[in-house]
Amino acid sequence: MALPKAKEDALAARLAVLDLPRGGFTKAARVAAMARLQAMGMPGRRDEYWRYTNPALLSDPHPQPATALRVERPIFTGLDKLRVIFTDGVFDAEASDDLTLAGIEISLLSQADAQDIHWAGAVYGTLEEAGQTPVARPLAALNTAAAREGLLIRVTGKAPKPLHISYRASSDTSDVMLHHCVKVEPGAELVLLETGSAGARANVVMEVDVGQSGRLHHIRPQGRAHGRQMATHLFARIASEALFKSFTLTMNGVMTRNEAVIELNGAESVAHIAGAAVGDGDFHHDDTVFVTHAAPGCESRQVFKKVLKNGATGVFQGKILVKQAAQQTDGYQISQSLLLDGDSQFLAKPELEIYADDVKCSHGSTSGAIDETALFYLQSRGVPKRAAQSLLVLAFLAEAIGEIEDERIAEDIRARLEDWLHRHES
Amino acid sequence: MNKPMVEEIRDGVDRETIETVQAMAGKYKYGWETDIEMEYAPKGLSEDIVRLISQKNGEPDWMLDWRLAAYRRWLQMEEPRWAMLNYPDIDYQDQYYYAKPKSFAQKPKSLDEVDPKLLATYEKLGIPLKEQAILAGVEAPEGERRVAVDAVFDSVSVGTTFKEELKKAGVIFCPISEAIRDYPELVQKYLGSVVPQSDNFFATLNSAVFSDGSFVYIPPGTRCPMELSTYFRINAENTGQFERTLIICDKGGYVSYLEGCTAPKRDTHQLHAAVVEIVILEDAEVKYSTVQNWYPGDEEGRGGIYNFVTKRADCRGDRAKVMWTQVETGSAITWKYPSCILRGHDSQGEFYSIAIANNAQQADTGTKMIHLGRNTKSRIVSKGISAGRAQNTYRGLVSVHPKATGARNYTQCDSLLIGDKCGAHTVPYIEVRNNSSRCEHEATTSKVDEDQLFYCRSRGMDEEEAVALVVNGFCKEVLQALPMEFAMEAQSLVAISLEGSVG
Repeated sequence: MALPKAKEDALAARLAVLDLPRGGFTKAARVAAMARLQAMGMPGRRDEYWRYTNPALLSDPHPQPATALRVERPIFTGLDKLRVIFTDGVFDAEASDDLTLAGIEISLLSQADAQDIHWAGAVYGTLEEAGQTPVARPLAALNTAAAREGLLIRVTGKAPKPLHISYRASSDTSDVMLHHCVKVEPGAELVLLETGSAGARANVVMEVDVGQSGRLHHIRPQGRAHGRQMATHLFARIASEALFKSFTLTMNGVMTRNEAVIELNGAESVAHIAGAAVGDGDFHHDDTVFVTHAAPGCESRQVFKKVLKNGATGVFQGKILVKQAAQQTDGYQISQSLLLDGDSQFLAKPELEIYADDVKCSHGSTSGAIDETALFYLQSRGVPKRAAQSLLVLAFLAEAIGEIEDERIAEDIRARLEDWLHRHES
Repeated sequence: MNKPMVEEIRDGVDRETIETVQAMAGKYKYGWETDIEMEYAPKGLSEDIVRLISQKNGEPDWMLDWRLAAYRRWLQMEEPRWAMLNYPDIDYQDQYYYAKPKSFAQKPKSLDEVDPKLLATYEKLGIPLKEQAILAGVEAPEGERRVAVDAVFDSVSVGTTFKEELKKAGVIFCPISEAIRDYPELVQKYLGSVVPQSDNFFATLNSAVFSDGSFVYIPPGTRCPMELSTYFRINAENTGQFERTLIICDKGGYVSYLEGCTAPKRDTHQLHAAVVEIVILEDAEVKYSTVQNWYPGDEEGRGGIYNFVTKRADCRGDRAKVMWTQVETGSAITWKYPSCILRGHDSQGEFYSIAIANNAQQADTGTKMIHLGRNTKSRIVSKGISAGRAQNTYRGLVSVHPKATGARNYTQCDSLLIGDKCGAHTVPYIEVRNNSSRCEHEATTSKVDEDQLFYCRSRGMDEEEAVALVVNGFCKEVLQALPMEFAMEAQSLVAISLEGSVG
């Protein structure tokens, strides 16, 4: 089907400013991704999947300039970890740790792509392609075709310490594309941290393949630079009895769209996707999640909480698809927003699509103001109003943060939030 | 029919209920057709057909212009395909857009002149069109509730009962074709004011070709003395039915309106595209209940009605209230989203729905609650049941505008799956644009609880009865919202619709 003229032009304009790599082992995947992109075009305002988020900032040829936070306060400082640093999307060898760790193989896409054969050949673009049905995700296809850098991580054993991908931005106009592949071999385990703003605008794709009984924890506090624009895609395929947990913290950013496309295709696998977002003013945050249960006895949880004030917008589009084979599915989805004033808005589309009868699936979505009675109670016990409000906000976010297993990490996230609330009190 | 199990029924189970249900067996009770001479307009749709319909109804020019404007608009529109419905393309030229019983060449002056075959049809459906029995006795037997009926057969309204008595109360209840002639100022003021001609593909089609329907006007401060009811029957083959209902409830008025639909069994699909518009002014209240039992098609999905309906209520005045209750058991395809525009401050909208899809049926139904006024409230309770190979989707929108402070919404959608080849889907849209409003949405999907089934079985019920009982329990919240007679009918319908879905 030919694209409408407007979409064709938008795509041509976007591609005109890109220098597409030829690719080594990724070559076929890149060509295929480009063909997909040509067929679907860039996302447009009228696409149903972009009903609540204007994709212009993410799909225009050039990013909107964003003042880079020169110093982003480091997080997880008390944790022993292996750090890999990307500045404006470029690997920073000097600042990074040595890329060797027991039980894990790490290579850079930019270097590995010179080879014709690589283990990541079976992953790169494969999960992204699978995630294109039933809904098109053009930004991810664009990333597969055009990304030059990223990490290729193969976990073969129990990693002794977390791997930390840290993004830094130094330029106010950088437009970054990163494509990571993570393969967790059967029985292997890894904690993956992903932090910071990668650039003025970033398009980050992460493809995750978790083998049988493998475990992957992913914790992602996103960059706090106010003007940054970010589109992320997390594609995950979970084998039997494996576990994947992902938590994202978003504070600030004029535009964030986090998509997670999870397929539970091994029996009794588990996926938990959670997010906490706090926004003040010029803030648009979109969580779009699609969980497919393709095998019996799997469990999925989606927990998303947003606190919005001064005209901030929160969006949640979540879906649980239960295929006919996926009997004994346990699917849970909750999306809640706390609107701290009358200007903010919360737009949600929580969907269920179920083809198996022996399932337990539920979803809930609520939106409202802070509970005045609870506030009054706290004040009556001598807690000042602002502190009481912060306390209630933290309590509201607790369910999402509860999805983080490592208590030290959860504590750091909580501290970040408290700090944000303190600065945004009023 | 005489299965021994009837004898085995225990005390706790009402024998009569079982017998009634059994008597209704044969899967679809209303599948017969009436052999009646019909007058058709030529097949297909064109400006000439629109003119012909208008002329047949003896409409004034403004009405014809209105229809033609809709028709021209329709030509430029595309059929919506966003619903989770799978059906072959509809050939809009392969339909009759107008069919009426020949005996209506001269409109009968009273029900006595109506073709007895027609009256028999409605009698068979259990709808008493003949009012004389009650009229002769001056009063209905004590305690019995009376219902005024407007019956629509294919394209025309057959007759309306209790007209005189309603007139005394100042209530106007008549076919819309009559209202266009007799009350043009009311029709002109309100027709298309809730569902404009350009609203959507099917509503626009309806605006161009609707042939009849019901018109209700409740004057200020009037409580309609009885329930009003319309029965729709599609009889002729390859005929589309396009009825249009317009209800206006003036300040402080109240009316409860019931709608029922049936059609004969046929191997071909038939199109039904209706529009219902309700205008509710200050302090008025309208209850609209539907039991939709169009022919659903056979087990293989042959035949059945394609039901594309636009229903919308506009709470224009403060404290206006509307309640939609629907039991959707029929139709091969259901595409229907009764909506509430809560414009007046403190207005309220409620939506209670049971949608049952069995065999090859597909239903995509839900509601829209649009909160515009302050302190508006809405409540949605949707129960979807899928069996066989059916697909059942709840699709709904709750939208709270920035100025709709203090709005409140509660949504509950539950789905029940019977069998492993069917699907149940939930697609809610929730848009909250201020913080003083509270919206809650809950949805669950599960199968019929084994423990409950086991308990029923242990009390001597067979599996089908047990499932029917459990399902009726699952639907209770909605059944309770229906007027009494309808609730009884709906309950047995629920049982019948699920026949053959277990074991």
